[in-house]
Amino acid sequence: MEMRNNLVRKVIVPLTAIIIFLAAWEWIVWINDWPNYKMASPSDLGPAFWKYRVLFLEYGWDTFWRTVAGLGLSVLVGTMLGMIMGFSRVIREGLYPLLVGFNAIPKATVVPVIALILVGLDDLNTVLIAFLISFFPIAVSVSIGLSTLEPEYRDILRSLGATRLTIFWKIALPKTLPEFFGALKVAVTLAFIGTNLMEIVEPHGKGLGHLFDSGKINADYPLMFSVLIALAFLGIVLFYIVVALEKIFAGWAERD
Amino acid sequence: MSEIELHGVSHEFSTPDGPFPVLDNINLKVPEGAFTSVVGPSGCGKSTLTRLISGLIKPTRGSIKLGGTEIVGPKPTVGMAFQNPVMLEWRSVVKNVTLPLEIVAPKMPAKEKEDRARELLKLVSLEGYEDNRPSELSGGMRQRVSLCRSLVHRPEVLILDEPFGALDAFTREELWQIMHSLRAEEKITCLLITHDLRESVFLSDEVVVLSDRPARSQYRTDVDLGPERSLDDLYTPKTTELLAVLRHQIEIAQGRK
Repeated sequence: MEMRNNLVRKVIVPLTAIIIFLAAWEWIVWINDWPNYKMASPSDLGPAFWKYRVLFLEYGWDTFWRTVAGLGLSVLVGTMLGMIMGFSRVIREGLYPLLVGFNAIPKATVVPVIALILVGLDDLNTVLIAFLISFFPIAVSVSIGLSTLEPEYRDILRSLGATRLTIFWKIALPKTLPEFFGALKVAVTLAFIGTNLMEIVEPHGKGLGHLFDSGKINADYPLMFSVLIALAFLGIVLFYIVVALEKIFAGWAERD
Repeated sequence: MSEIELHGVSHEFSTPDGPFPVLDNINLKVPEGAFTSVVGPSGCGKSTLTRLISGLIKPTRGSIKLGGTEIVGPKPTVGMAFQNPVMLEWRSVVKNVTLPLEIVAPKMPAKEKEDRARELLKLVSLEGYEDNRPSELSGGMRQRVSLCRSLVHRPEVLILDEPFGALDAFTREELWQIMHSLRAEEKITCLLITHDLRESVFLSDEVVVLSDRPARSQYRTDVDLGPERSLDDLYTPKTTELLAVLRHQIEIAQGRK
């Protein structure tokens, strides 16, 4: 009974919601009698996916790996920045306004700048934008996690003569993991947006963003909507990869 | 075991408005194996005293000796427990207790570390909770784990900074008795910082009253209750009289008398 309830709650309810959503969409297009060049309906998406299936796989992979690479870079640099800011108040006070200012710049304006500086290096450009847009929440959350560590945590080990590095590995780092994963969930979505931004604003023949752009040029609404659905799917996959990692590494922070 | 000896210890913090004196010429001696409580008004510098003895900070003037040697920094022969029994929530109870051993005796086999931790957990009646998460424990149980952690590496000196302060009255009394049984098993010199006069009398051989900041040693008295104590001992005429004297001294320290 318990298991059946779980199945209903976790599978059947969301699935029903999706079906209702698709039916409403189909109905609105049908009742208004919109042609394909004005609005696509769910029944057009299947054929569009099938027609461009090879491109979807190829470009989907481009978008996926470049997002992951950008996010990986964010984790490395963001954690490092967060650590430095978490441990040194002087550096934190120095870096904070710079980071906030940089984060405030709309990244769409950075895209052409990066594309110009690193002209031709499309993969690097895209990874770089994904990184630039997503490292901020990681840096902030790690620095806050470290700077708000209760002094007792440090004193337990320090009173035994432990080094700062030991305190970091044994206490500060694992203690910060829940905050880190909270930020990573935000960052993964941002990195994904970054990748697509580059692919659409500076098209270079790669990624789902490029496929979307070519759909737009040809007024191929079924293709454009198919790309949107594919992007949503990829976004969900990426998000749940992070959720799974969180369960493994910071599952202890969860309370039922 | 080793004795704690403070000689003419003064400490001041430097602030933008100049030096801020916290402790003024403190003299204190806890003989080997003895238990001394330090009581005093809120904010009089009691916690600073614990940080000085554990070597986390250095006194502005005076000397602090453990077992005859001057302390220059943190020492693995010291154990500490705080009012806030911080736990590593991602570790099991037994792994929380073994933490100091990982620093002090990194080469000790894991099995040996755990056996030692389990032995202490049994002493504080936490048998059966070894593999639980700290988040599954009550406040009193967490404090017991914290006590085990402060003792696991067999320190010679144990410093307790108001460890029972945040607990309810009944849990507190239960922990006092646990503290007695721990003392019977683990040969150790103890210094307890507390606000609770009954606690200081029940647990220690000597009580020291500090004055308001900057704290000086204002009064000291021996507690002649013997090693075997029960909570009933707190309600005898002799103890009541002792508590009244201490109460009076605290009021002087607070400047109310």
